[in-house]
Amino acid sequence: MVSAESWLRWIPLLPLLGAVLHVAVGYRVGRRATGVLACSVVGVSFLLALRAFSALVSAPEGAVLADDVYRWIAVAGFNIDVRLVLDSLSVVMCLVITGVGFLIHVYSTGYMAHDDDYARFFAYLNLFTSAMLVLVMADNLVLMFVGWEGVGLCSYLLIGFWYTDTAKASAGKKAFVVNRVGDAAFVLGTFLLFWALAPGASDLGGSSLRFADINAAAPGLSPGLVTAAALLLFVGATGKSAQIPLFVWLPDAMAGPTPVSALIHAATMVTAGVYMVARLNGLFEAAPAAMTVIAWVGAITALMAATVGVVQNDIKKVLAYSTVSQLGYMFMALGVGAFGAAVFHVMTHAFFKGLLFLGAGSVIHALHEEQDIRKMGGLRAKTPVTWATFAVATLAIAGVPGLAGFFSKDAILAATFAGGHYGLWLIGLAGAALTAFYMTRLLRLVFFDSFRGDRERGEQAHESPWSMTVPLIVLAVLSVVGGYLGVPHALGGHDALGSFLAPSVSSAAHAGHALHLSVAVEWLLMLVSTTVVLGSMGFAWKLYAAGPDADVVVRGALGRAWQWMASAWRVDEAYERLVVRPVGRGAEFLWKGVDVGLIDRFADGVAMTAGVLAEIWRRWNSGSVQHYALSLLAGALALVAAVLLGGGG
Amino acid sequence: MVGPAHFLALSAALFFIGAAGVATRRNIVVIFMSVELMLNAANLAFVAVARGLGTMEGQVIVFFVMTLAAAEAAVGLAVILAMFRNRQTMDAGEISLLKW
Repeated sequence: MVSAESWLRWIPLLPLLGAVLHVAVGYRVGRRATGVLACSVVGVSFLLALRAFSALVSAPEGAVLADDVYRWIAVAGFNIDVRLVLDSLSVVMCLVITGVGFLIHVYSTGYMAHDDDYARFFAYLNLFTSAMLVLVMADNLVLMFVGWEGVGLCSYLLIGFWYTDTAKASAGKKAFVVNRVGDAAFVLGTFLLFWALAPGASDLGGSSLRFADINAAAPGLSPGLVTAAALLLFVGATGKSAQIPLFVWLPDAMAGPTPVSALIHAATMVTAGVYMVARLNGLFEAAPAAMTVIAWVGAITALMAATVGVVQNDIKKVLAYSTVSQLGYMFMALGVGAFGAAVFHVMTHAFFKGLLFLGAGSVIHALHEEQDIRKMGGLRAKTPVTWATFAVATLAIAGVPGLAGFFSKDAILAATFAGGHYGLWLIGLAGAALTAFYMTRLLRLVFFDSFRGDRERGEQAHESPWSMTVPLIVLAVLSVVGGYLGVPHALGGHDALGSFLAPSVSSAAHAGHALHLSVAVEWLLMLVSTTVVLGSMGFAWKLYAAGPDADVVVRGALGRAWQWMASAWRVDEAYERLVVRPVGRGAEFLWKGVDVGLIDRFADGVAMTAGVLAEIWRRWNSGSVQHYALSLLAGALALVAAVLLGGGG
Repeated sequence: MVGPAHFLALSAALFFIGAAGVATRRNIVVIFMSVELMLNAANLAFVAVARGLGTMEGQVIVFFVMTLAAAEAAVGLAVILAMFRNRQTMDAGEISLLKW
């Protein structure tokens, strides 16, 4: 059931309008007006998304709101429309993007208050919000790709926001290039689907790139084709959502301002890949091999990134690897067909990881740009609000019962177990233990014991202004209550979010064999994961009573593995060796060998030949009249000879 | 018997003597005289052929050439005089202004 709602277009249009206005007048109207404008456009978008949400909740199951903006491409019966659609899946994403986005905008007005490029920052941030909304509201792959590229562009612009710092500028470039690899695969997947869905080479009439049509047609296509398309799109997702092997850009992306890390690199953009797979659930369900790949890539990413998080000392790097790890969980959920659980985790993760990043930003702000957790400590008294909210988020991400992360993470673990993927479940459990460990380490090193940095910085440490603390508090509340949207049946809940999402994420093929565990097994699983998490937290808590020195103990216990973890499993190094340097060498060959050696030499040779010939020729012009006369004579004689010898003509 | 061929041979000889003078001599006045010699070699060829063929055209052209030679002598001597005033030399080798 589709109802046309022409106001939907304002949800992405308003932030876009904001971005345009920032560029046009932002530097003239002053900081206050810029900040108010930036926040209010996103706020109004949020209200519109809420309106859509309430309309969908009261509508019968499976209802869809749609807004046909205009027909973009029309070729031989093949149409691509700019058509915005809100169903239960995209409306949840919309609420997260605009809701968390609004809080982060408010926070940014405080965090960026002293930055010279205030208007530029909010222009990018609004533009990002707009692109992200287009991405989730698109009804076909092509329009989604517009948003997909838009968020990638904004990510690049915001990572390199402080572009005068070369390291930050090149971190932005790295994010852009790595994402481009994924995007290329995304485009290839789109082409493949376009080709597969066309009835004949010259007949495009039946072809379509609308999600609904792709999902419906996928089971009828050849399995190889579907698997290839699914895998190509998944490679696109690994780029945007920082999975193995394309995750390397995300830790470097921390060079951007902290609110950017919270909004783009934790809460919203990096979940685009998860959303895309959930959106195309029919296609992916029809490709079991691709699903297995997704599940394992996700699980391995979750575990690997968690191990790296244990040994990081930069507060934002810890959170970055944690994000990679949590995204791995989401893909693991997608891979076992638990699309609802994945989206649930996207939502709770947006709350607590957004909160963690904003809290980290508050800490960094308080300590005047200090990011090394070894030089922190004891900030509990100086920054009480930041401490309290950060602690809530830590408990939530670790999966302490009662908080958001517990419900969503357990939904994922239960789904893997129910699907019979015990190996994945074990990896997930190990990842959860590591997550609990490094988050407890982070919390203790930053907020507890005594301050270890410069005394001056410690004394100047102060709580952030209200514009930064209020979003922290709101997100902390959400990190607690967000989980109650998806209380499993075993705990007496009724998984409200899951049943709300069900019409959007369950293809016909999947609906038949919904997996159910018995209540006892589900309780047991929760008990196991809770025990593991609490044990890991307790262990980290005791260990890091010794402060950062405990890292030595960890290092000793891990032995050689520590080296690998500290270098992020040498993935960056491998890229450096296998891709960057060969490409660099190839480029250098083309430069010095082909361009300078061949092309330039040819061009120089032509010029030099002309020069040499001219040099010879100009000697002829001796200036002596007699030489000229002699030349005349010779020419005349030659003419006469030609006439006489040429047949006497 | 002296025929047109002899005249033409003499004309050619005079022409090449003149040409050699133009090419080899350094003094501008001598070069100038050599040019006159070449012009008169041409005149000789014209009248010889005109007489041999019994026509008038060749003889008429000789008058034109002589007129032209007179004009040329007037202009040429003026140029030589001007050149000598400016550069105090009659050596063609030293007057090489049209140079690279």
